[in-house]
Amino acid sequence: MESTENTEQISIVMAGHVDHGKSTVIGRLLSDIGALPQGKLEQVKEMCRRNAKPFEYAFLLDALKDEQSQGITIDAARCFFRTERRRYIMIDAPGHIEFLKNMITGAARAEAALLVIDAREGIRENTKRHGYMLSMLGLRQLAVLVNKMDLADYGRNVFGRITEEYTEFLGRLGIEPVSFIPVSGMEGVNISEKSKLTPWYDGPTVLQQIEAFQHKPPSQVIPFRLPVQDVYKFTEQGDDRRIVAGTIETGTVQVGDRVVFQPSGKSSAIRSVEYFNGAAKSRAAAGEAAGFTLDTQVYIKPGEWMVRQDDPAMKTGTRLRTNLFWMGRDPMIRDKTYKLKLGALRSPVKLVEVLSVLDATELATVSGKQQLDRHDVAEVILETPKPVAFDVLGEIEQTSRLVVVDNYEISGAGIILAAAEAADSVLQEHIRAREIAWKNSAIPLAERNAAYGHGAKFVVFTSEIPELGEAVARALERRLFALNFKAYFLGIDNVAMGLDADLRVGNDYRDDHIRRLGELARIFTDSGQIFITSLANVDEYDINALKLLNTPHEILTVQVGESRFAGFTPDVTIEADGDLGRGVEKACALLKQKQVIQDYSI
Amino acid sequence: MTNLDKLEANSVHILREAYREFKSLVMLWSIGKDSTVLLWLARKAFFGHVPFPLMHIDTHYKIPEMIEYRDRVALEWGLDLIVGENRKALDERHTFPDGQATRVECCRSLKSEALKHTLSGEWPRRRMDHKVGRLEAEERREAFTGVIVGARADEEGSRSKERYFSARDRQNEWDVGDQPPELWRQYKTDFAPGTHVRIHPLLDWTELNIWEYIERERIPIIPLYFDRGDGRRYRSLGCYPCTSPVVSEAKSVTDIVEELRAGKFRDIAERSGREQDKEDGGLETLRRGGYM
Repeated sequence: MESTENTEQISIVMAGHVDHGKSTVIGRLLSDIGALPQGKLEQVKEMCRRNAKPFEYAFLLDALKDEQSQGITIDAARCFFRTERRRYIMIDAPGHIEFLKNMITGAARAEAALLVIDAREGIRENTKRHGYMLSMLGLRQLAVLVNKMDLADYGRNVFGRITEEYTEFLGRLGIEPVSFIPVSGMEGVNISEKSKLTPWYDGPTVLQQIEAFQHKPPSQVIPFRLPVQDVYKFTEQGDDRRIVAGTIETGTVQVGDRVVFQPSGKSSAIRSVEYFNGAAKSRAAAGEAAGFTLDTQVYIKPGEWMVRQDDPAMKTGTRLRTNLFWMGRDPMIRDKTYKLKLGALRSPVKLVEVLSVLDATELATVSGKQQLDRHDVAEVILETPKPVAFDVLGEIEQTSRLVVVDNYEISGAGIILAAAEAADSVLQEHIRAREIAWKNSAIPLAERNAAYGHGAKFVVFTSEIPELGEAVARALERRLFALNFKAYFLGIDNVAMGLDADLRVGNDYRDDHIRRLGELARIFTDSGQIFITSLANVDEYDINALKLLNTPHEILTVQVGESRFAGFTPDVTIEADGDLGRGVEKACALLKQKQVIQDYSI
Repeated sequence: MTNLDKLEANSVHILREAYREFKSLVMLWSIGKDSTVLLWLARKAFFGHVPFPLMHIDTHYKIPEMIEYRDRVALEWGLDLIVGENRKALDERHTFPDGQATRVECCRSLKSEALKHTLSGEWPRRRMDHKVGRLEAEERREAFTGVIVGARADEEGSRSKERYFSARDRQNEWDVGDQPPELWRQYKTDFAPGTHVRIHPLLDWTELNIWEYIERERIPIIPLYFDRGDGRRYRSLGCYPCTSPVVSEAKSVTDIVEELRAGKFRDIAERSGREQDKEDGGLETLRRGGYM
C-alpha cells in the first residue's frame, strides 16, 4: 500500500554558532528547490514590506515575532519539505548559548546534522560546544557548511583552514564529518546547484549532501530492553487483561520468552503481544510502543525494566559513574535531592562526587570543582537510595542514558559510564558520623526501662491500604497508653507538613520524610518510648534505611494485609479484615515475644 | 518500521506518559481529522480504551454535520465526552460576522476563552450520559490541568516550535523562549502546582501523514472532507464563517492522499482556507493567549 519511496523521511538538525547563518541557509534551500508551501514566500515578503524591512530568507523560519526582532533563532523550529527522493524534517537549532537546551531538543530529534560556520568568524565557542553536544547525543552523521563565503571572496584558503581546524576538533570527539561544503546562503552558492564561484571545490552541494544522508541503521543490539512505562488493567471497561506497556528500547521479544524484571528480579514469561486494530502479533521489536500480558501474575511497578532471561542482564546498583551535562539555572550541588529519570524509572538521586569537569569548548579538564554550573560537562558519581537497573556506555547506548530533574525542570542529561564502587552510602556515612558525635543521656536506657516498666522500641506498621495500617497502629498506641506505657504514634504526613515543611515542594521527597522519621525514631527510642508509625507501601530499602537511622536501637515491622511489592519479611503479619482488636493482640504478642513488654502487664 | 509506524509509536509513548503523569487529564476533540487520529492513537495506546474524557468546545458556528458526527461517534465508542461553550459571548453577540467582533476577537472569545473556563470548570458544561444517550448538564466540574491537543508542527510557524509537553502559566500563556529540553524520550513531566500543561502527541505528523494513517487504519472520518458531488471539499474544518471549502474532486481518503502527495495541494498550505490566520499577528497572537 505504501511505497517506501514516497514515505521515506529523515530529520536533520542545523547547528552552529549564533549569527553564522543557519536559518538563512535553510530558507534559501527551501526557496531554491521550490519546497515552500505556495504563498509562504509571498506572505513573508508581504510582512517585510508592511514592516518596512528588507526580506531575508531566515524570516521564512523565524516565524515568530520575537525572533524577527532579535534576529536570532531562540527555539528549535521544524520545517517540513520534500525532494524527489524523500521527505525531510529540518530542525533549525538556535546558536545562542542561552538557548542551548533548545539546541539539544532539536539535535535529539535528528538523524543527521548540518553544522554552519561563518567563513569570516571561523570556529567559535558554540561551533565547538554544538560539536560536543552532537557527539554526546549520539549523532555521528555530520556535514559542515562554511557559510558566508561571499564575504570571504570565496577564498579557498579560508575554507581550507576552517576545514583543517574543525576536523581536528571533531576527531577528538570521535566524529568524522562526511563533508565540508563552502556555501553562501545569501547568494545561493552551492546550496542546490554547484556554483562557478568556487571552481576549486568538487564536493557535493547542500542538497546533494542531505539527499545522501543515511538513516541511522536499526539498532543491532540484541539484548531486549523494555522500560515498563505502565501496567494497565481496565477492569471498569470490562477488560481483565493486565498489560505491561512500554516502548521497546532495544532487541526483540516473542510469545513464550522468559522475562525478568529489573531491579526487582521477579520473572515470568510472555503470554501475548497486545494490540488494537492490527494484525495479531507474536513478536515485538525495538521502537515499538508495545504491550504484553504475562503467564503468571507478577506485581511490578512502572519504572522497572523487562529483559529477556536469556540475554545479558542489566547492571544494578545505587552508584552510577556518569558523564553529565548540566543546563539548570541553579548549579547542581551535593546534599540536595534531585529526581532521576532513567528509562521509565523515576527515583530520588544525589550528587555524591564531582570527579572532573570538562571544558566542552577546549576539551580540557578543570579540576577541583565540587559543583556543576550551567553548561558544565562533568564526570560525577550519582547515588540513588535504592538500587536501579541500567546499562553502560559502550554496551548499550539507549539504556545508559539518564536525565536529572531539578525544581521541575530537566536540568541534566547524562550517560552512565560504569557502576561505581560500592562505597558506604551517603546514609551510612551520616549514621557513623552521627553516632560518633552522639552525646549519651546521663540516664542509662536500662534505668529508664525499669522506671517505665517496658522497653523502648520503634514499631513500623505497613500496609497497601494506608488507612488500615494506621488504624491498627493507632489502636496499639491507645492500648499501650491505657497500660500507662510511654507510647506515641506519629504519621509521615506530620513529618512532611512539619519538620519537612522547609523542603521545596514539587520533588518527590518521600525519602527525605522517611529519613527524618528515622531520626525522630532514634530520639524517641533513646528517650525510652515505644514509637509507632505507619507507612504505605514500604519496601526492603525503606525498612533498611529506617533500621540504619534508628541505630543503635531496634525496629519491629508489622505488615497489615498482603504485600505484593515488598521484598522483606515482616516480624508479624496481621489480616486486613479490619478487626482492630485482633490486630492489636497480635502486635502485643510480638512486643511480648521481643520482651518490650512483660507478660503480666496485659 | 515504516515512517507511519515510527510516528504512531512516538505518539503512543507520549499519550502513555501523559496518562501516567497527569491526574486530571483531558483530550481536546475538534471532530476534525487530526484530533480524530489522536483519539484513534489513544485507543492504540490503551488497547481499545480511552481512559480520560474528551472535550469539545462548541462555538455554535460549527458546520452542523460536525455535531451529529461527534455525538454519534461518542456513543458508538463509549467516549466520555464533555462539551463547553462561551454562552455569554454568544448571547451578547460578541461574534463574527453577525456580531460586533473581528475574526480574531471572535476566535478568542468563542474558542480560547471558552476553552479556558471550560477546562477550569468555572463555566457550565455538558457531559455525555451513555444511559440516556445524550449530553446532560454536568454538576461536579473537575478542573483539568493536563490537556492533550492535536497540534502539528507543520501547520504554521508558531506550532513548529512547540514541545510534546508544553507548560502554560496560570494565565494560560506560553513562553516560547524558555521551553524545556526534550531528549531520549524524556519529557518535562514535573510541574509546579497550578501549572497547565499542553500535551502534543501529533507534533511530528504532517497533513499527509495524517491522511496516510487514516487510510492505513481505516479510521472513520467526517465526510465533510470529501467532495460529495459539487467539486468542493473542506481541507481544514472550523467555523463556517471563517472556513471555506477548497475546489477539489477528492472523493475518498485515497484520493486525498494522492492529491497531497503529487496532486494540486502538494505545495499549498493546509490552513490557507482559514481566515483568522491572515489578520494582524494571526495565529501566533491567538496561541500566546491560549488558542490551540
